[in-house]
Amino acid sequence: MTALDGRIDYDVIAGWVSPGARVLDLGCGDGALLRHLQESRGATGYGVEIDIERVIAGMKNGINVLQIDLEKGLYDFVDQSFDLVIISNALQTLHRTEKLLTEMLRVGREAVVSFPNFAYWKHRVAIMDGRMPVSDRLPYQWYDTPNVRFFTIADFEALCDKLGIAIRERLVLDDAGQPVRDEPNFLGSFALYRLGGARG
Amino acid sequence: MANDIAIPEDSVGIVSPLCARFDTPLTLKSGAVLPGFELMYETYGALNATRSNAVLVCPALSGHHHAAGIHADAPKNTGWWDNLIGPGKPLDTRRFFVIAVNNLGGCHGSTGPMSINPDTGKPWGADFPVVTVEDWVAAQALLADRLGIDCWAAIIGGSLGGMQAMSWSIHHPSRVRNALVIASAPKLTAQNIAFNEVARQAIITDPDFHGGHFYEHNTLPRRGLRLARMLGHITYQSDDLMAEKFGRRLREGGRKFSFEVEFEVESYLRYQGDKFAGSFDANTYLLATRALDYFDPAHDAGGDLAAAFAPATADFLLVSFSTDWRFAPSRSREIVDALMRNGRKVSYAEIESSAGHDSFLLDEPHYHSVLRAYFDNITV
Repeated sequence: MTALDGRIDYDVIAGWVSPGARVLDLGCGDGALLRHLQESRGATGYGVEIDIERVIAGMKNGINVLQIDLEKGLYDFVDQSFDLVIISNALQTLHRTEKLLTEMLRVGREAVVSFPNFAYWKHRVAIMDGRMPVSDRLPYQWYDTPNVRFFTIADFEALCDKLGIAIRERLVLDDAGQPVRDEPNFLGSFALYRLGGARG
Repeated sequence: MANDIAIPEDSVGIVSPLCARFDTPLTLKSGAVLPGFELMYETYGALNATRSNAVLVCPALSGHHHAAGIHADAPKNTGWWDNLIGPGKPLDTRRFFVIAVNNLGGCHGSTGPMSINPDTGKPWGADFPVVTVEDWVAAQALLADRLGIDCWAAIIGGSLGGMQAMSWSIHHPSRVRNALVIASAPKLTAQNIAFNEVARQAIITDPDFHGGHFYEHNTLPRRGLRLARMLGHITYQSDDLMAEKFGRRLREGGRKFSFEVEFEVESYLRYQGDKFAGSFDANTYLLATRALDYFDPAHDAGGDLAAAFAPATADFLLVSFSTDWRFAPSRSREIVDALMRNGRKVSYAEIESSAGHDSFLLDEPHYHSVLRAYFDNITV
């Protein structure tokens, strides 16, 4: 993902964060997003990261970072203890998708999920040509990718429906970081969602 | 400075122990009163004009005030946390003024069982009152007063030292800006207390212990201390590390069908046990293990660790090590959890290391990078 795209994603998410919100950022990487939310929205909270090099980078970035394996769930976190639980461009790297989504809305009043859309037309072309897609949004070869779940916008929305998760807002971007309105599952390469519990 | 001692550039160099004498009585948690006491300490770096850069280093079970540098008369006796403390090291003495202490009940010069009991004119021995982590912190706070330090930039400790850092954050919240709690636990498990009890029984049942008054018999419970230390060494390391270091190697090739030292690991344990027995006081060992057993801040808060941490205002760093089974990562997570429930700022790293509990004394690169990153973000 390019730096420009990163900023667009961050600004979209920042727009969904109320001032002073308590935020949990799952798979926080070097903490750039959480730092952005602290600086732009006065948010407080924690980043969760499994990789020690990124934990150290997050600490250098001045965020609270907890080295926790998300595959083991969020069992330590208290129900509804955060305003927002974010997983930005990391859901596709984790196995226990259903469990994690449910847990995010147990711990947070709302959740933000962003992920690359496997059904983006360029990815479809790659598959039609008989090769796994490699793009700005999926910048890995099949043999070295950290991604373990490959899914589309349509897949994700079907899962939300199954889990009783309410989609409160959705933004789909193309390769240039521009919003996509028509045929998002075909023309969009990256999707961001603001989610709530079904009864929320 | 002596010319014949090669001092590395990132060493604090030659240091001299200092002694602070307190003549006001100190009431301990047990209710016992110490009429007065002395604390040995060392300092590294310089206190800044606003007194905002002081860092307290709390010792673990066998630790003391000589945490960094060397003594002029003992150039090979490097401080126990020298890999952490020094100019350019993670706890950088160019920025921070670092103080390390020998706690009450210790055997390195602070008032303890080897000191003279003013009531009897003889060494306290077994009559030295049982001291707790909270008592140590109270004494350290008096030392901070003496040195004009109202608020520590940070307090750091591993294991039992981490318990002191936690206790400071609870009992003197306005005096701690950052607490770095390494390889520690919110309280010992039954298994951990059990190991301490075996170590104590090894000492107490040694015929040379004389009920703790062995000084007057001009002897010391060497066998008991050896066993206590051997047990400690086994539990502070991991199975993997011992396999890596010693495996099943024999010292002299073949089996002798004896109970002499045959395996390398036996040789190592005996060496460590002998070294410790000749340098550490048995009564201090009893006191320090008991302080470990008793530490339980949640006990005073209805069993709720989060409630225990409610007064704390510090920011926290927790670090654990993957193969540490005496102070396992899950124990640090309990502390992280309690701090999050209070909305405290906290970071947590779980370092991959094969060295077990002893990892906190080593300089594993990720571990030291974590500490460096944290200290670098502390404003002074």
